[in-house]
Amino acid sequence: MTPPPILELRDVRSAYGRIEALKGISLAVNPGEIVTIIGANGAGKSTTLMTICGVVPPTAGEVRYDGEVISGRNPDLLPPRGLCQVPEGRRIFPRLTVEENLNMGAFFRKDQDQIARDMEHAFTLFPVLKERRRQRGGTLSGGEQQMLAIARALMSKPRLLLLDEPSLGLAPLIVKRIFEIVKQINQQDGVTILLVEQNANLALQLATRGYVMETGQVVLEDSAANLLKNPEIRKAYLGE
Amino acid sequence: MDFFLQQCINGLTLGGFYALIALGYTMVFGVIQLINFAHGEFFAAGGYMGVILLSFCASMGFLETHPLLCLGGSMLLAMGYCAMLAMAVEKIAYMPLRRASRLSMLLSALGMSIFLQNGLMLTQGVYSKSYPTVFTNKVLHLGNVSISYMQIMTLALTAGLLVGLNALVFRTRIGTAMRATAQDKVMSALVGINANRVISMTFAIGAGLAAAAGIMVGMYYGTVRYDMGFVPGIKAFAAAVLGGIGNITGAMLGGLIIGLVEIFAAAYISGEYKDVFAFIILIAMLYFRPTGIMGENVDDTRV
Repeated sequence: MTPPPILELRDVRSAYGRIEALKGISLAVNPGEIVTIIGANGAGKSTTLMTICGVVPPTAGEVRYDGEVISGRNPDLLPPRGLCQVPEGRRIFPRLTVEENLNMGAFFRKDQDQIARDMEHAFTLFPVLKERRRQRGGTLSGGEQQMLAIARALMSKPRLLLLDEPSLGLAPLIVKRIFEIVKQINQQDGVTILLVEQNANLALQLATRGYVMETGQVVLEDSAANLLKNPEIRKAYLGE
Repeated sequence: MDFFLQQCINGLTLGGFYALIALGYTMVFGVIQLINFAHGEFFAAGGYMGVILLSFCASMGFLETHPLLCLGGSMLLAMGYCAMLAMAVEKIAYMPLRRASRLSMLLSALGMSIFLQNGLMLTQGVYSKSYPTVFTNKVLHLGNVSISYMQIMTLALTAGLLVGLNALVFRTRIGTAMRATAQDKVMSALVGINANRVISMTFAIGAGLAAAAGIMVGMYYGTVRYDMGFVPGIKAFAAAVLGGIGNITGAMLGGLIIGLVEIFAAAYISGEYKDVFAFIILIAMLYFRPTGIMGENVDDTRV
């Protein structure tokens, strides 16, 4: 028997005011997987992540995390339970130092010794952050900010990490480095990952499974390998 | 020269009071972008709590034997009371409006200000109350400059509170969470910070500082009145804008500048028009540099 999914969405709908952004999304993420959601701009990918975290409250359906319904809860209750998000645009705290940003990732934790060790671990993953630890977050380059955003989420000791467009606006070399680290986080630290990406090629190479979204709906679900081979996907999202 | 130094000391004392009040405006603005017009009333409430508690101490005969203990205790109680009052005000008058337009919250703040001021008038009466003498009016003479013990005391206390607040906001975990919430509320929720708690705390701290200022002003000038919060409140608001609203160091600096300008204007230009100068500065600042002294581009210390 396969273990139950760590995250499950059942027919979830949500809206910004009167405009419905999600029109009944169902998806599941199993422990240990890297699952990706691909799709064009405005398909509802980021909204899906924000709805999972409770920032956008769902209007119907339910979100289950770790066997429990979490829809309708306050977003700040989720990180202590191991559900963290690196949102689109990284959203580091620009006027806090790198170190303070990382400390905010561990805000709810009380185990000071382990926090210090985790910060050292983050610095080994991203050595540039150690060099810049006293610098304000807003002064970092885009790639460094993305690294900081991921490192900050790791400080929460996530079991499920939601990553929104980590490649956005970054140079190919840096994107490659970040994707390597995402893979490492998944394989070595055992963090389950739900990755939203516009760069479908990269995302599908990294992921085990993928969902394709269009205008607020899931239109296709398959293994990443099959999606990469699918001619329609290749045409629509891989630029062929 | 002696006259100048004397005015400097007087100006710093007054400026310290403005700085303490201005911090509440600027911190609240930092986290919820509201000009809390009811803030001056916490200052008044603190002044009244002080007079009530200190008079009680005096009637029991403690004030003469243990003046520092009485003052310290009264101050802590008044600060605590005003902190709770401010948290209640936030829950009742501002929290339900957090998703409404900014104007609604602003009007609610004005309403709260009137409500609190009238509440104070109804319970404490329309006449001013005099503070019991905490310290004998001993004066220290340095050449021709004189500083009363009261002045030394208030200057030291104000400096202590300002330093303490700085440490709290810039050195502690909870202060960092406050700054994080001010910078990005959604993201701070996504790292597990409870925004409601941070907002409550910000109101509590701001009101606590205002209450401390209220007591010191009461002792310094000898009396309190139910409407004492209005003018200092507006001047402290001017100080917060002068420093760059949302910026903590700016509020401290703005308070000191307004205090000094007011005293010097009274001494060298005209005592009758001293209230005008705070607002002249405010208008000039809004005209030439609307972001304030520490605004936007030099914002290391924004909340």
